[in-house]
Amino acid sequence: MQKNRGLAFFTFLVFLFLLGPLLIISVTSFEGGSVLKFPPEHLSFKWYLNIFDVQMFISTFKTSIIVSLMGNLFALVLGIPAAYALSRFDFKGKKLLDAVFISPILIPGIVLGFSFLRYIVGAYQLPIYTALFIGHTIIMLPFIIRVISSSLSNFDFSIEEAAESLGASKVKTFFIVVLPNIKSGILAAVMIAFLESFNNVDISVFMTGPGISTFPIQMLTYVENYFDPTIAAISVLLMVITAFFMFMVERLMGLSYFTKR
Amino acid sequence: MKTRYMYLLMLPGILFLTVFMIIPIVLTIGTTFTDGSGITLDGYLTFLKDRYFLDILFTTLRVSLLTTLICIILGFPAAYYISKLGGRMKAVLLLLTIFPLLTSSVVRSFSWMIIIGRNGLLNKMLLGMGIIHEPLDILYTPTAIIIGLVHLFLPLIIVSLVGVMENIQHDLLEAAESLGASKATVFLKVVLPLCVPGLVIGSILVFVGSFTAYTTPALLGGKQRVISTFLYQNAITLNDWQVASIVATIMIVITFAVIACMNALARKLNPKG
Repeated sequence: MQKNRGLAFFTFLVFLFLLGPLLIISVTSFEGGSVLKFPPEHLSFKWYLNIFDVQMFISTFKTSIIVSLMGNLFALVLGIPAAYALSRFDFKGKKLLDAVFISPILIPGIVLGFSFLRYIVGAYQLPIYTALFIGHTIIMLPFIIRVISSSLSNFDFSIEEAAESLGASKVKTFFIVVLPNIKSGILAAVMIAFLESFNNVDISVFMTGPGISTFPIQMLTYVENYFDPTIAAISVLLMVITAFFMFMVERLMGLSYFTKR
Repeated sequence: MKTRYMYLLMLPGILFLTVFMIIPIVLTIGTTFTDGSGITLDGYLTFLKDRYFLDILFTTLRVSLLTTLICIILGFPAAYYISKLGGRMKAVLLLLTIFPLLTSSVVRSFSWMIIIGRNGLLNKMLLGMGIIHEPLDILYTPTAIIIGLVHLFLPLIIVSLVGVMENIQHDLLEAAESLGASKATVFLKVVLPLCVPGLVIGSILVFVGSFTAYTTPALLGGKQRVISTFLYQNAITLNDWQVASIVATIMIVITFAVIACMNALARKLNPKG
């Protein structure tokens, strides 16, 4: 192990680079003055309270939560059958269809957002709120399909065949045999997709209207105008939520999803 | 019969993506080749002669390339170290790698504004230690964008590499060593080739991610435009949807060209992978 000491130190520096900024932002959130400082001079929670005074943060937070949850639900309805079909059988065009379902990740988000704005919002006069919901469903779909597929790849399909040979219909088999077996995968998929949607900027940035915006877009706007510790305080709250979600995903299906590509 | 049933299960998703994603994108690309009366390439020709646009395009490409290289240089050794660890320590380090990945890009970019700003932490430290006498102007330069992007995408390349490195069998390395290969030879001839698939996927993710990123250049780049902020500016601020569509098309073409080239390279380097 001795020869690895240099490597260990290098890795330590890499993690310092990755996590240091997040640590610094957390510490500055407790600054009591009006300007971001590191280290903070007066400890206080006042900027945490300020979050709740900015009306736009409250309303966009609600919008983001609703859009992510609704989009998630819709992505599940579209994604679960597709994930099942893609992992259960081999058929003609499977590669192509797989690629289509993954494509929302590959197509630049900013391009996706713009063409959506131009044709779906612009040409079809869709209300912004509906557009946000559809746009977020699109970006969640690949994550839902990928995580559920990887969960299905661990599922022993012979159980399904056993149920069918005992007389259960295909639909019944799916709901009482397959679905309960992959429910932790589905929950993990929901959480990963939720974070993707909740943090999305590229697509949401095109879909703001009078009084309608999402939380990250509101943060961007705030940063452009103020440089006080409010954003640092919000960052800490978001990191707490992220950590909780990650802990849940780790519990539900391990972190193997992230390392398998 | 069975196949038809399978297609039916995918139909809702495919229809949804076709209507709300594929058709809008095809229409966006389509409009860039007409001027209302006929087919023309004028839009692109004006673009390729425009120094301002070319400057943005090349800055973006340079920034993405440098980001990818730095991510490989930092990520490869770290991933190698993590993959060799066992049990708990490895799980902890993976968690610490994935945590930033799931954290909002606004939060991550903002944290760098605190560090590299004119009155930021870095300048204060360097001034305090007497290393510099004037604060460095890093924020709002391409360097700032690169720092932010490396921070954004380094975890991606680490997890991609850990994924392939985990699968390298230790017997293979021992076999090579027992046959007389030096540690360096084992690394170059056995470990490195087996890492190629992860390296390629990781690099694609980092390069394409950097090339198309919006938040980080918008926050850390200041007046320095990159292609995505340029697209946004044309679409929203200037309301020039024709120019925005051309930029969008160029972005799609470059993105898919990079993916295709890297995949071809991967096949050449590692025919079995």
